[in-house]
Amino acid sequence: MTVTPPTVAAETPRRALHRLRTSRGRQAWAGWGMIAPAAILLLLFLVIPVILAFTLSFTNARLISPNPPRFVGVDNFIRAFTADPVFVQSIGNTALFALVVVPVQAGLGLALAVLVNRRLRGTTFFRVVFFIPVVTSIVVVSILWKFLYREDGLVNSMIDAVTFGLWSGTDWLNDPSTALGAIIVMSIWQAVGFHMIIWLSGLQTIPEELYEAARMDGASPWRQFTNVTWPGLRPTMVFVLVTITIAALGLFVQIDVMTQGGPQGATSTIVFHAVRKGYEQQEIGYAAAISLIFFVAVLIIALIQRRLTREKD
Amino acid sequence: MTRRTSPLFVAAGLVTVLALTGCGQAGQGTTTGEDGRTQLTMWTHSAGNAAELEVYERIISDYNASQDEYEVVHESFPQGAYNDAIVAAAASGDLPCLLDLDGPIMPNWAWAQYLQPLGISSEITDSLLPTAVGKWDGEIYSAGYWDAALSIFARKSVLEGNGIRIPSTDQPWTKDEFDSALATLKDAGYDTPIDIGAEDTGEWWPYAYSPLLQSFGGDLIDRDTMLSADGSLNGDAAVAWGTWFQELFDKGYASNAGTVGNQEFVDDEVALSYTGVWNALASVEAIGDDLLILPPPDFGNGPKIGGGSWQWAISSSCNDAEGARDYLEFSFNDEYITEFADKQIVIPATEAAAQASKYFGDDGVLRPFVELSQKYAVLRPETPAYAVISTTFETAAKNIMSGADVKSTLDQAVTDIDANIASNDGYGFQ
Repeated sequence: MTVTPPTVAAETPRRALHRLRTSRGRQAWAGWGMIAPAAILLLLFLVIPVILAFTLSFTNARLISPNPPRFVGVDNFIRAFTADPVFVQSIGNTALFALVVVPVQAGLGLALAVLVNRRLRGTTFFRVVFFIPVVTSIVVVSILWKFLYREDGLVNSMIDAVTFGLWSGTDWLNDPSTALGAIIVMSIWQAVGFHMIIWLSGLQTIPEELYEAARMDGASPWRQFTNVTWPGLRPTMVFVLVTITIAALGLFVQIDVMTQGGPQGATSTIVFHAVRKGYEQQEIGYAAAISLIFFVAVLIIALIQRRLTREKD
Repeated sequence: MTRRTSPLFVAAGLVTVLALTGCGQAGQGTTTGEDGRTQLTMWTHSAGNAAELEVYERIISDYNASQDEYEVVHESFPQGAYNDAIVAAAASGDLPCLLDLDGPIMPNWAWAQYLQPLGISSEITDSLLPTAVGKWDGEIYSAGYWDAALSIFARKSVLEGNGIRIPSTDQPWTKDEFDSALATLKDAGYDTPIDIGAEDTGEWWPYAYSPLLQSFGGDLIDRDTMLSADGSLNGDAAVAWGTWFQELFDKGYASNAGTVGNQEFVDDEVALSYTGVWNALASVEAIGDDLLILPPPDFGNGPKIGGGSWQWAISSSCNDAEGARDYLEFSFNDEYITEFADKQIVIPATEAAAQASKYFGDDGVLRPFVELSQKYAVLRPETPAYAVISTTFETAAKNIMSGADVKSTLDQAVTDIDANIASNDGYGFQ
């Protein structure tokens, strides 16, 4: 290595040091310093992967291949919508899943939150009960429910017992007409506790005086809910809706563990399909295109949601 | 350092730490042990398989003790995560010198230039079962200590009691005989007469069910060109296979509930079990002389069994291929091969090891497997496209199982496979 000219070497740090000594400069440096950790992590794990995915989606890149990737234009996108029936099916499944899960899970979470918000003995017990599925690993939950849903599983035994043998259930996860429904039920049950806690925290921010005033005006419990509780929960509602929507659109683990997208593609989702194509079948370029489509779809849905739930002054 | 400037230094420190973790994994090249020996890194998929690991540990310690030049250092991964670990390691240039791999994936990795030709003494590879030697593009890239084979387990008393002919290797069941045997056993009170392991997932599906397809006369791909599955996977023979496979479930002869493994057969909940050699000893112990190890039925083109199990290869980035070869040659000792066979219950790859084995020698209880493997084993197609063929076949077969239209399902599978091969410029076959 050659030696750098001493004049330059001596000058640069001195100038930097000078800037450090002035108070404005110090503040700026401190600011950059504090941003740095988050900025670097975001760059490394968000910005770079997104740029990579964007670039890869226009190539035929492979996970494993001695051939260099080739630019193929929008071929991957055309293929997704015209030559890949499972992808189209996956969009439908994902949309259906989100359409059912978002309102039901949010509503059920709210109902549970109102229930456990009462000042009754044992509410802590119920809060814990509803929250347990959330802290249990989703993989474990999925494996357990896979057993429950079997033809000779607990769900069917229960149906059998309740209807006195009049109606016997089917093999839930192996029947194309019931598999997605079964996964929807399980997913709602698993995550509802989480949203209950969020709703609960929202409920507890509503001042007690408002209820007191409402009661003095003679409002029924339902009027109290519609005129005091619901308006007070608005920011919470926006948060809950957005988180459930994003989680629902990203449905993957349950599918991977319970059905692998089957039977006959009835439970395949966009994320699952992307992982299958990209990882199992090594078509990284095509999987990147699917991910990009997914990204755009989520972005649009999030924007619509934001618009619909914005504060109207 | 003054207190005010500290955020800068903290930030700089963080950047350094991040940069270091970012590239901390690179460069698993030649390293030297404390005693100056060259270390050979080795990965296996055997974490969790105590019997297999025990033999590896013995070989490694024997080898290391015999050496002052090389030292083998091994690391075990669970099978489920193993292939992903290899692909990730290859992508970041971190492959170990020695690695084991599932036979059918080898052409994919050899084509991707992860592997170098094995180059061990041909005396060794010639003595192995042909299905235990992995070839791609005219070169040997992998070799294994054992092979596995599938067969049909049955109880002699059950077959005789129901008037079903006991098949032999020379005279296996025909399709009609097999179907009527299933019907008879169903009438005899078995809820599902045969356990074919359909509750399992992944490579089991092509491993277990593509030989049935081949026995019908179909195949996963046209093996002459390796460029298209058209006609092989969706021809008349394949449709006949698919229809038969679907009926197996429709008529209640098989189910995809139950547990992976052979417990249903051992408990006599099913009369027949289509399962592998690795479950055989437990069944022999539970059932004794009543156990029959039968060849799979002949659906028209002779019985077929999937061949090719886990094998060893040397990575292309290995700097000490000489050492890796030296270790592999050392390890292909009949004594070790016998030990693998007897501990793991798999078919030993050499005849000498088979003769020395407790179970696979001429009088051994599991001898039938050696013959089944020699007579009926078919390798899965030796093409880099296998990763796609395998998962596509699994999806298609599962759809057929759950009632999808056979012909259109197979047509779609062919479209998917052919599109993939085309987008890879034929994987080197043109």
